[in-house]
Amino acid sequence: MTLSVSLQHGFEGFDLDIAFEAPSGITVLFGRSGAGKSTIVNAVAGLLRPRAGRIVCDDTVLFDSAQGQCIAPHRRRVGYIFQDARLFPHLTVRQNLLYGRWFAPAGAPRADLDRILALLGIEHLLRRRPGHLSGGERQRVAIGRALLASPRIILADEPLAALDEQRKAEILPYFERLRDEISVPILYVSHAASEVARIATTVVALDAGRVARQGPAADVLSDPAVTPLGVRAAGAMLEARVAAHHPDGLSALDAAGVTLLLPRVDQAPGTSVRVWIEAQDVMLATTRPDGISALNVLEVTVKELRFGAGPGVLVQLALGEAALLARITRRSAEALSLAPGARVFAVLKAVSVARDAIGDQPTSGGAA
Amino acid sequence: MSDWLGPEEWRAVSLSLKVSFWATTVSLPLGLWVAYLLARKQFPGKQLLNGLVHLPLVLPPVVTGYLLLVSFGPQAALGSALEAAGLGVAFRWTGAALAAAVMAFPLMVRAMRLSIEAVDPRLEEAAATLGASRAWVFLTVTLPLILPGVVAGAILAFAKAMGEFGATITFVSNIPGQTQTVPTAIYAFLQVPGAETSAWRLVIVSVVIAMAALLLSEWIARRAAGTVRGT
Repeated sequence: MTLSVSLQHGFEGFDLDIAFEAPSGITVLFGRSGAGKSTIVNAVAGLLRPRAGRIVCDDTVLFDSAQGQCIAPHRRRVGYIFQDARLFPHLTVRQNLLYGRWFAPAGAPRADLDRILALLGIEHLLRRRPGHLSGGERQRVAIGRALLASPRIILADEPLAALDEQRKAEILPYFERLRDEISVPILYVSHAASEVARIATTVVALDAGRVARQGPAADVLSDPAVTPLGVRAAGAMLEARVAAHHPDGLSALDAAGVTLLLPRVDQAPGTSVRVWIEAQDVMLATTRPDGISALNVLEVTVKELRFGAGPGVLVQLALGEAALLARITRRSAEALSLAPGARVFAVLKAVSVARDAIGDQPTSGGAA
Repeated sequence: MSDWLGPEEWRAVSLSLKVSFWATTVSLPLGLWVAYLLARKQFPGKQLLNGLVHLPLVLPPVVTGYLLLVSFGPQAALGSALEAAGLGVAFRWTGAALAAAVMAFPLMVRAMRLSIEAVDPRLEEAAATLGASRAWVFLTVTLPLILPGVVAGAILAFAKAMGEFGATITFVSNIPGQTQTVPTAIYAFLQVPGAETSAWRLVIVSVVIAMAALLLSEWIARRAAGTVRGT
């Protein structure tokens, strides 16, 4: 199952011209506000008619300007999860969940209600009305409603943006489960790098209406060229495996052949996890630091230095096969005479990495 | 009640109820459509339509009645055509219903328009993405959410129709059993010496019906607030 999108659209002072493919799994449209993310999602849903382009889901053409084809939103069978849930206030949770099933064609594959209820943990809410739900519960019901409409594709437009940190941490695991358990492609809009790092299979990085880069999540997110899009949330994603839990509340993880000590990860030893390490949490030293409180000192190779307009510089590091990013000042980079190929030590405080810490940094402000 | 009211008074009350019922029922779909157009659509002449709908509210009722008479009267082209088709309204109860409907229309449209404007169009978008066609979106999302406003508009229109005087008496006169509604009957009784008690009984009926309508629409509005909040 694949969604392929190419479209051009424009409105005052904004010009969108993009093309990308979304395979199974979660494809994240990543970029700062105004990059055109929501425009793309609304065009796929049929809520907005782009000036030109072609949107195809598997073999079904949803939109094709060359042939003057534009399927009405209600015939597209997209499951749209809105930022603001948009549950129907006059219906119960159960009626909301089953609303789309009413209209689904008889032959469409039916998601099993009980399975979805269990997946989202909303069995106990069925008889309530949306006014009596918390923000997190409302968003979970909205996810269920979209899944139960037998969609060909799921669209999620910043589904966590309206929630506080605690609620986000509550919902994110459900998206991880969706990614792993359902086969329909999910197109997910976000501007929070750490959120993207956790759930994305594929990342399409957008900048001012263009695709800056697309590819597997680990590659795109660790690319310094992409980081200005996430600004302060620049970082790198490490694939790691839980090695052991220590009695003092720390967990040891194997990442790219080295051991990382991090605050306790709630996963059994042997489980694969993703660790998001923010560039601003990584310090660099030319000699192995001695007598330092930081628990993680990693020997890395400098691959590239990327200077921005401000006083900062983003250093791309190679940790075996994996990539790491460090944000330091230009002055430090010069003092340490950092250059591509140099062997340095990356210092990371254990407490600065929490698997559930979600860095939803504002996207305004200068780039590195 | 028919014992308490004299036969002439009873005729006026039952005619008034019939006139108001039909005036409200027939104008309801049209009112809903016009309210929807005014709330949601942009089209040339929108302000003109808005003005036209509200005109009976600001014109002297006698002027509205006279305009109805010159359009639907037996001498008018439209009136004689309707007369030939057996649908003549002049000096019949249907004419009283037409006058009441025209006079009540602005109130009805206003209440419905406000309730349509209060519906978040994003909910309708959500319904469309879930597979509902335009008609289904209206029936399953928009209509349930505006229903309280529609009912309130209908009650207001009914109450207004019960009280309509100026346009009715100008258009269809004051013929007992034909076009004599409660207000025109009260007016007639007040012209006759010694009929004050009859007038008083009709006044009481009017006050009771008007009060009941107000309480009912108030109650519906309060329940509606709960529905829209989703509680």
